[in-house]
Formats: sequence, C-alpha cells, structure tokens
Amino acid sequence: MAIDAATVRKVARLARIAEPEEKLEPLARELSGILNWIEQLNEVDTDGVEPMTTSVATTLPMRDDVVTDGGDAARVLGNAPRSEKGFYVVPKVVE
Amino acid sequence: MTDTSTRRAGEATKVIQGRTGPWEMVLGLEIHAQVASNAKLFSGAAVGAGAQPNSQVSLVDAAMPGMLPVINRHCVEQAIKTGLGLKAKINEWSRFDRKNYFYPDLPQGYQISQFKDPIVGEGEVLVERDDGSAFTVRIERLHLEQDAGKSVHDQDPNATYIDLNRAGTALMEIVSRPDMRSSDEAAAYVKKLRTILIYLGACDGDMEKGNLRADVNVSVCRPGDYEKFRETGSFKHLGTRCEIKNVNSFRFIQQAIEYEARRQIDILEDGGKIDQETRLFDPAKGETRSMRSKEEAHDYRYFPDPDLLPLVLDPAWIKRIEAGLPELPDAKKARFQSQYGLSAYDAGVLISEQARADYYEAAAKGRDAKLTANWVTNDLAARLTADGIEIGNSPIRPAAIAELVQLIEDGTISSKIAKDVFERMWAGEGAPGEIVEKQGLKQVSDTGALEKIIDDLIAANPGQAAAVKEKPQAIGWFVGQVMKATGGKANPGVINGLLKSKLGL
Repeated sequence: MAIDAATVRKVARLARIAEPEEKLEPLARELSGILNWIEQLNEVDTDGVEPMTTSVATTLPMRDDVVTDGGDAARVLGNAPRSEKGFYVVPKVVE
Repeated sequence: MTDTSTRRAGEATKVIQGRTGPWEMVLGLEIHAQVASNAKLFSGAAVGAGAQPNSQVSLVDAAMPGMLPVINRHCVEQAIKTGLGLKAKINEWSRFDRKNYFYPDLPQGYQISQFKDPIVGEGEVLVERDDGSAFTVRIERLHLEQDAGKSVHDQDPNATYIDLNRAGTALMEIVSRPDMRSSDEAAAYVKKLRTILIYLGACDGDMEKGNLRADVNVSVCRPGDYEKFRETGSFKHLGTRCEIKNVNSFRFIQQAIEYEARRQIDILEDGGKIDQETRLFDPAKGETRSMRSKEEAHDYRYFPDPDLLPLVLDPAWIKRIEAGLPELPDAKKARFQSQYGLSAYDAGVLISEQARADYYEAAAKGRDAKLTANWVTNDLAARLTADGIEIGNSPIRPAAIAELVQLIEDGTISSKIAKDVFERMWAGEGAPGEIVEKQGLKQVSDTGALEKIIDDLIAANPGQAAAVKEKPQAIGWFVGQVMKATGGKANPGVINGLLKSKLGL
C-alpha cells in the first residue's frame, strides 16, 4: 500500500501537525515503506481465527460508582498556560 | 431490514405541499442520555451540574499523561438495563473505540465511544401518538460514551473558558432507525423514550439541564419512496439527510424539523441538491444553520482504545439485571386498564410519569378506581401544574384523595361539594373528613329535613308546581331551589325522588 503526498497532508491536518510542503513527499515515501513492511502480515492465513484484542488474558476491570477523585481544581489547572476563576483559558473558539 | 408490518402505508404521514407536488419527511433520532450515576464513566470524579469550575475533574478526565480509564460498573449496568427496557439484544462482547477530533473541551483529543461493537444492538419502542394510535420505532443500537467538557464563550471577548466538570460523564447514545414521519411523531418518540429511561432510573431525563438531548436526522422524499425504502432497506429511495445537533426541548425538536424539511424542499424545488452536513438549530431565530467548522472533522479515524480491554458481560449478570427491572410503561398501562378498568386514555395519562402512577395506586386502594383516576388526572393534576409542583411533592397525599373519594362514594358529600373540599385540602385546612365536619358540608340525605323544605317550596309556588305536571323537565327549577336552600348540600338523588312523589310525577 502506497500513500501519496495529498494523503499525508490530510492526515497531518487531521492530527494538527504542521508539515511544510517540501516534507510531504519524503514523508509519503517513509510512511509507505512502513505500511508495506506491516503488510507482510497479510501473508499469514488467518481464516477462521478470531481477531486478538489483547495479549492479556483478563477481563475489563470495573470500579464501583463512588466518588473517589476530583475536588482539586488547582491541581488540575496546575500545568495550564493560562487559567482564570477556576477555568482553563484558551484562545477564542468561534463556532 | 425489511419490515412493513409496523406501519400501514401513508398512515399519519405528514404531507408537505411544495410548488412541484407533495413531499414527505423521514426522521431518525440519536438521543444522548446522561447516565444517572455518582461518578464518571472512567474516573472517580463526581457527576453533576452546578459545581465550581473544574472541581469535579480527575487527572483521567483532564487527560494527564499516564492516566488510565477504569470503567464504572454502575454505568454499564444502566446501559444493559436500558437495552432490556428497549427489548434490545444485549451484546455480551463489546468494545470501546477512540473517536478522534480536536476541540478545547476534549482534552484527550478523542472521545472514548463504542463504534463497531456497541453494548446494545437492535430493539424497539412502541410510541403513542396524541390521537391514541401507536407506531413502532426500531432501535438500531445503544452505546456508552464520554461526554465532553463545556466551553464558555461569553467571559472574555478574546478567549474561551473551559470547564471540564462534565468531561468524562457517562452518556448512552440511543440511535433509532428512520421510522418517524412527522415532527409530532419525533416528539412523541422522545417523550416515550424519556419515560422509559426515567422508569428504569437510568437517566433523570432532565432536558433543561441537557441530560437528555437529541440529534435529529431529517430528509425529504416523494410519497411512495419511504415505503420502497421499508420494503428493500435501501437508502437510495430516501433523500440526502442533514443532522441537526443537540436539540434539547420537545418544542425545539419540532421547530427544527419543520424548518429543516421546508429548507430542503425549497432547495430541491429550485433544482439544487442537499449537502449531507451537520447543522445547528438556533432557537432565537427558529432556523437551522450549517456548522461548517465540523465538516472536515468528520473523519474521526475510529480505532479500538488500547487502554481498555473488551467489555465482556457475564450472562448471569444480565439475567439478574433483567429480573430486577421495574414494571415498564407499556406493561403498567395494560395492567391499569385490566386491573382498574380504566380507559386507555386515563391509563396513559397516569403512567406517563412513574410518580403519578405510584400516587394513583396508593390512592385507589379499595376505592372507586375510575373516580380516583378522575381526581388524580383532573383536579389534582391541574392544581399541581398551576403551582409548578411535582406530584411526588404534592401537599395533598394519596391517602387524603382516597378519603375524599370515599366521602363521595358513601354519599357523605356530593361531587360538587367535593370540589370545595378539595380546594380547602389544597389550602391546608386538613383532612377531607375534618373539613366536611368543620364546615358542615355533609350532604343532607335526611328526608325529614328535605321534605319540610320541599313542602314549603310547593306551598309558596303553586303555579310552578302545576306547571311541572305539564312540563316534567321544569322539575329542575325545584331541584335548584332545594340546593340553594341547603347550600348545595342536599343529596340530588334524594331530592329528585321526593320531588317526584310530592309533585305527583
């Protein structure tokens, strides 16, 4: 499977990663290489094999519906570049 | 899925006249119902509106690096319960996926949701229209997912404020098939679903707080096309749909649908085509508008969340939940009709709220069921609505209504006097028996006292007495006079009997 520069541009945009135009072609080549390498897995016959969802032989752990966390806005906001009155403050979002 | 049995062709389908001929609308709804829980879906932070900003946020909700989600068992149970309430298939194996998009109130950069393998599969809801007829809405799926935080845009002209208290709260997204054909049907469906959720205790149904909100899918087609769609299951017979996001009241749902259907018809009749897009309803203007900002974000790149193992349900657990289900609205309505002999309408009104149904059953114990139903659905309901009081908090308790009904049943007071007693009960003057005693409202059935009044009346009005012999319906005048003389307390049956014999009728 090969991906082109246009696909790289789209994926980069969806991931909010700024990639200069001149890097798109080289990236497309690198990513295609990775995908081709992974595609070797398609050579294995997996007919009738359930997809493996985890390598851990256990079920999803659950917790009880009790409040055990929160109540510490200062800690939550500790790393925020800007906060005010208990809110995170971010550049204006226009809807 | 091909299924035409649930709807007769053209039934209750709203036809919209266009310039080029008739059109019909096709509606499907995605309901987001907030799970009634103490803690969030994947963290131990508290759930609920009104707290100080960011005070109900764990480091999981804030998406700090290295934090891992652990699922809330109660939220899973509510989803199973709701699935059972929708007569749906519970999937013993389901999985969580990441839905990737960027928005400041979504700190993870993705919403944990269920895409390919939801916890609940196909089900159905029986919905009553206002005219008493019913139709079925097929449920496609129900899945669990996280809610996002809240963006506040009005604090600062140059900045947006973010509160993550809601981030990570458990939502159930309930997706219907396109089985509704008018805005009335859509509203009726939401009402019914809301009632079921409240009965189950899975969601409080508070639409004002946004705990229940709808995304409405609207498309239009020509008469006959929808039936072809139902026969073949092929969407090619239907028009392109637009999704109106986050509508949070019955009225807005209806307004948004009416506006959107008209908008689409106008475009089509002008030779244009509908773009499949997400739109927003503006309640102030009563119109929908495109949310262009979301268009590119539609590529959500779902993939299984590697932080969470598949959700595998023990069939015994599902059985236990099923055994513990409360009586649901449809079953309760049927029972009210058979056990109490109520009409479908009365039963429907009583069961529309669980608290009202409970109230009624407490009051009707050993009493005339129909009479009790009348008091609960008419006088009491009107009073409660006027004063904005929930029936669960009614100042008049069920036992008091039962006592009032008993006083009517045993002839102590007339229905007319009962209204007066009811007003005094509402005003807090005490139990009905006490009020009747204190105010001397007891119905006069004592023939001796009534005979005296009637004899005097006939003696004083010989002309009227003679006239009655010619025109028997003129007896009403005498009944009125006796009522007046007794302050409305005379037993109408007894008066009539006495008058007839004394006037020689």
